[in-house]
Amino acid sequence: MLTYSARRLLQLPIILFGVTILIFAMMTLVTPYERLALHVADQPERTSDVNALVELYGLDDPIPVQYVRWLGRIVQGDLGFSYRGHPPGADALMQHLPSTLELALWSIIPIMFVGIRLGVLAAVNQNKPIDHAARIFSIIGWSFPIYVFGLLVLMIFYAKLDWFPAGRLSEWALRATEAPTYVHVTYMNTIDSLINARLDIFLDAVRHLVLPVISLSYLSWALILRVTRSSMLEALRQDYVTTARAKGLPESVVIGHHVQRNAMIPVVTIGSLTLIGLMGGVVITETVFNIHGLGWFFADSATHLDVISVLGFTLFYAVLVVIGNLGADILYAYLDPRVRYS
Amino acid sequence: MNTERFGYVVRQLMRRPTSIAGIVLLLAFILIAIFAPVLAPPENGKDPYSIPHTGYRPEPSAPSAEHPFGTTERQYDVFYGVVWGTRTAFRVGLIITGAALAIGLVVGSLAAYYGGWVDNLLMRLVEIVQAFPFLLATLTLAAVLRGRMGSGLTAGIAALIAFGWPAYSRLIRGDILSVRARDFNLAARAVGAKDGRILTRHILPNAIFPTLVYASMDIGSYVLSFAALSFLGLGADVGYADWGQMISFARNWIPSLATYPHIVLYPGMAILLFVLAWNLLGDAFRDIIDPRLRGSR
Repeated sequence: MLTYSARRLLQLPIILFGVTILIFAMMTLVTPYERLALHVADQPERTSDVNALVELYGLDDPIPVQYVRWLGRIVQGDLGFSYRGHPPGADALMQHLPSTLELALWSIIPIMFVGIRLGVLAAVNQNKPIDHAARIFSIIGWSFPIYVFGLLVLMIFYAKLDWFPAGRLSEWALRATEAPTYVHVTYMNTIDSLINARLDIFLDAVRHLVLPVISLSYLSWALILRVTRSSMLEALRQDYVTTARAKGLPESVVIGHHVQRNAMIPVVTIGSLTLIGLMGGVVITETVFNIHGLGWFFADSATHLDVISVLGFTLFYAVLVVIGNLGADILYAYLDPRVRYS
Repeated sequence: MNTERFGYVVRQLMRRPTSIAGIVLLLAFILIAIFAPVLAPPENGKDPYSIPHTGYRPEPSAPSAEHPFGTTERQYDVFYGVVWGTRTAFRVGLIITGAALAIGLVVGSLAAYYGGWVDNLLMRLVEIVQAFPFLLATLTLAAVLRGRMGSGLTAGIAALIAFGWPAYSRLIRGDILSVRARDFNLAARAVGAKDGRILTRHILPNAIFPTLVYASMDIGSYVLSFAALSFLGLGADVGYADWGQMISFARNWIPSLATYPHIVLYPGMAILLFVLAWNLLGDAFRDIIDPRLRGSR
C-alpha cells in the first residue's frame, strides 16, 4: 500500500507538467500587450514605454522561454505576482480558500447522508411509488441549472421572506470579526466564531450558509442517489444476500449489514469526487450567492485574463485531484478487503 | 444499427411515462423553434436574434399585454428572448455535439486503428485535457478566445468543443477495440472481405451506435454549460436571444427578485424544461441499452 501511494504521488509532477503546458498554451492566445495591462497599474504615457515594458518583462519572448522562466519560479515556490489579486498569487489563493472550504465542509454532510439514505430507500422499494418519486426528484435535480435554482431560492427565502441572506456575514458581524480582540484561526466564520465564543456570529454565519448548502445539496443528491440506487440493486442480487435471507436474518440486518456496506464502494468514489469538486470552488454557486471563495476568484481571474491567478489555481486544483483520488482509493481498500494495491 | 433493434428501442421508449414526457417536451421545443418568427415576429430588417427593446429604463417591468412575460432591465422583451432562445439552444447544442463528436470520432478511430505509439500519444493527450474540471477549463478558454474571436457565440462554442471531444474519442476507441475482436469480422474476412470493407461495413456501424446515443443525449448538458458561460458573461452578448444571458440580468436584481420574479422564472423554466427533456430521454435510453439497470430481476 505504501509503495502504491508513493508511486501515485510520483505521477503528480507529470500531470502538473501536462496541465501547466496546456494552460500556458491557452494563454499564448492573449497578446503580450493585453498581458502587460495586467502587470502595470498606471497608464504609460508613450507607446515606446509600452514596448519597453513588454521587453522588460519578457512578454514578447518565445513562448517556450516564457514557460521555462515561469516554471523556474514555481519550482522555487513563487507563484508570481497577480496584479488583480493584489497579494502575490499564493496569498490570493490562501485568502479565498477558507470560504470555499467552509462551504464544502458544510455541504458534504447533507449531500452524503441524505443522498445515500434516499438511494437506499429507492433501491429497497424498487419499482414502487417511492422509487419513482426518487427518480423524478433526481432527474429534475440533475437538470436544474444551479444559477436558476440558486436565484429561485434567493427569490423566495431572501427577497420575499428575508430569512436567509446572500454573502458570508451580515454587516454588523463583519465589523465584529474585524475588531482587534477577535482571534482568527481558520478564517472560517463558523469555526472562528465558536473559538471566540461569539454564538451570535456563529448563527449569523450559519444563516448565510443555508441557501448555498441547500442548492449544492439538491443538485448533488441526484448523482449520489443514482449511484447508490444502482449499486444497491447490484448488491441485492448477490448470492450472499439470498443466503443471509435464507438463514432467517431480519430484513433490516440483511440490508444494513450485508447489502449496504458492499454497495457503498462506488458511492465512496463519487462522494470523494464531489468533495474535491466542492473544495476546488463552485464557480457558479459562489457567484450567485456572492461568496468570495476560490470559485468566484477563478471566474473573476479568467474573465480578466489574469494568467498568473488562473495558473496558480489550476495547479492547486490538480494537486487536490491527485491527492483526493489517492485518498478515495485507500478508502476503497479499507471498505473492500478484496481490493489490494501493489 | 439494424431496424429490428431500432424498433425495439422505440417500442421501449413509448412504454415509459418518463420518456414519453421527454419526447413531448422536446417536440414542444422543436415547434417553438420552428414557429419562432410567427410567435415573436422580429422587427423588419433587424437580426432576429437580438432581442428588441423599447427604451433604456433600467428597472424591469412586470408582464403586460404588450410584453406577456414582462421585460428585463433596459426593457428587453422576455417573451421574445425565450422564444428565439429556443433556436439558440438547439443551434448551440447541435453544433457543439456535432463538432465534438466528429473530432472524437477521428481521434478515437485513429488511436484504435493504428494502436501502438499513436494510440499512446493520443490517449495521454486525452487524459491531460480531461484532467481539467470541465467548467473551469471552458471558462478559461472562452475568456481567452473572446479576445481573439471577438464577442458572440463563437468563443463559448469553440471552448466547449475543445474540451468536449475527449470523452467521445475514448468511447469510440473502446467500442472499436471490442467490436474488432468479435467473430463476425473473422467471418467477413473468411469470405474474402477486404480491410476497408470490414472497417466501414462491420466495425464502424457497430461501434458508433452507443457513442452516437450518448452524444445525442449530451445536447442538453452542453446547452446547460453554454448557458452557464453566458451567465458568467463569457457566452452570448448582452441582448442576444440566449436563455443564460437573459438570466444573467437577474444577478443585478437579487434583493428585489420578489418584485420582478419574471426575469428569472421564464428563462429559467425554459432551460430547466429543455435540459429535463433531454435527460428524461437519456435516462430511458440508458435503461434500455444497459439491461443491468433495468427494473425487473
